[in-house]
Amino acid sequence: MIISVASGKGGTGKTTVAVNLALSLDASGTGTGAPPLLLDCDVEEPNAYLFLNPNPGVEEEVKTVCTVIPEIEEERCDYCGKCASSCEYNAIVVLSEQRRVMLFPELCNGCGLCTLVCPQNAIREVTREIGTIRRYRSDGIELVYGVLNIGEVRATPLIEQVKEAVKTERTVIIDCPPGTSCPVIAAVQGSDYCILVTEPTPFGLYDLKLAVETLKMMGIPSGLVINRAGIGDREVYKYSEAEGIPILLEIPYRREIARYYSEGIPMVRAMPEWKRHFASMMERIRIEIGGRGGMRDEG
Amino acid sequence: MKQIAIVSGKGGTGKTTIVASFAALATHKVIADCDVDAPDLHLLLHPGVVKQVEFRGAKVAEMDKARCIECGTCASVCRFHAISYSDSRSSFIINPMRCEGCGACAFICEQDAITLRERVSGYIFTSHTKYGIMVHAQLKIGEESSGKLVTAVRTSAQEVAEEKGCELILIDGSPGIGCPVIASLTGVDLALVITEPTTSGLHDLVRIMDVARHFGIPRAVCINKYDLNEANSQKIADFCHHQGVPVAGKIPYDRVVTEAMIAGMPVVEYSSGTVSRAIITLWEHVNHIL
Repeated sequence: MIISVASGKGGTGKTTVAVNLALSLDASGTGTGAPPLLLDCDVEEPNAYLFLNPNPGVEEEVKTVCTVIPEIEEERCDYCGKCASSCEYNAIVVLSEQRRVMLFPELCNGCGLCTLVCPQNAIREVTREIGTIRRYRSDGIELVYGVLNIGEVRATPLIEQVKEAVKTERTVIIDCPPGTSCPVIAAVQGSDYCILVTEPTPFGLYDLKLAVETLKMMGIPSGLVINRAGIGDREVYKYSEAEGIPILLEIPYRREIARYYSEGIPMVRAMPEWKRHFASMMERIRIEIGGRGGMRDEG
Repeated sequence: MKQIAIVSGKGGTGKTTIVASFAALATHKVIADCDVDAPDLHLLLHPGVVKQVEFRGAKVAEMDKARCIECGTCASVCRFHAISYSDSRSSFIINPMRCEGCGACAFICEQDAITLRERVSGYIFTSHTKYGIMVHAQLKIGEESSGKLVTAVRTSAQEVAEEKGCELILIDGSPGIGCPVIASLTGVDLALVITEPTTSGLHDLVRIMDVARHFGIPRAVCINKYDLNEANSQKIADFCHHQGVPVAGKIPYDRVVTEAMIAGMPVVEYSSGTVSRAIITLWEHVNHIL
């Protein structure tokens, strides 16, 4: 079962929900006998690991992630410029008169069209590192997260690589990036259910509506976690009722919760009573999925 | 003309709150909301749209089934898994959500059955607000090209600024460090990074600061909600000091920020309390740096 945690607006508490939910499901709670697998797909700013202390001596597995970019074999190239004119991303510029080819690797999306187009077979592909994927076990869960290299533009290829760790027979929780554009789609795609984390403010509501539209388009059922409950107004609640989107959990605004968060301490560690709330949210989600005839109830 | 981008690695640190207040404090400026996939600035500045332009950033492959012979060559060259064989339709189909519009399929198809079509991936608005002209956009749900749309918003804002003789462009950026953020930062005179004194805030600050430095952009930092964890605020100040980057302001946590948001107003207009005074001081420091 794959549960993603998303939000239109940033900073609403996605990581808080993803980490605490994962920590609230022991191996028996996942219904599969295996510990939950937490994937941090917010590769631009991955934060989940900050809340999970790797056990001393635990070997962290690190993998480099690459995409491919073209490389021009100048001795074959006749500077015809077909590669440049076919590239939709302006990643190649050919200066025919100066007999020069300029590449802009960060614009390249690795589609390979230039290699197909080149009449001289002068383009081959080489790999280029865009980030890393790290994996370790800690606190009874397994975490896999991606880290995009500084200056890289495209997060999506790295997100897709992180998602290769998904095992459908396990309970997988995916911490997504904020927004509604392509990195979010890449992270959420394939989920059985999506938890949308919002806050009861005008910004929270506006961006929530965008996120709900995104999920509707993708055909993924969703429910809400209202974080910092009590700080704003009731509009998010009215919206949820009007749209028939269930409220799965409310996390009140309390200075001590904010304090634990600021220290990088998961709230279920500091306030163990919350474990029950997160675990019952999972039960609720199983029922929601079952009720929609999507996935079978594994619990 | 100067351009200042208000960014943050981490979301929800208060970028839009601060930009809205700057909009109320600055004179002769154009406001550009470059958080194109979750724009919120309009909720505080209430723009009246005077011009709306379609934004065509991405292309999408379309298949002419009358020509297709179901050879599947297109699917074999597509690296984005956007073309697959549908058993139920006994035919190859394109998933537009996965299509990156590269054109490899159209090039390889011997039947000329595939064409690339431009799609409207968002809208750019030029609007009046009581604080001056605002250029903003809305990316369509799930679209890519958010970086291109950001660039288009900034280009429009520059045109307006030149036409009206404005001295400043205020850019509200999106969270993260990827495509739209880099497009928001390129060529600005100052990146004002808003952070908060949390473990995540500090971690994300380090990364966005590295990105700004990577592109050679002058930086300044504002610590929002600094009093939620003064020890972490000190860590942030130490980090900035070490980097030689000024801390241009420290804003306390106050519920008045949410109240102003609900009232739909920049907080400096809603209240004259400590938060507003801190933002005014921040603005003065930013001007000094510029």
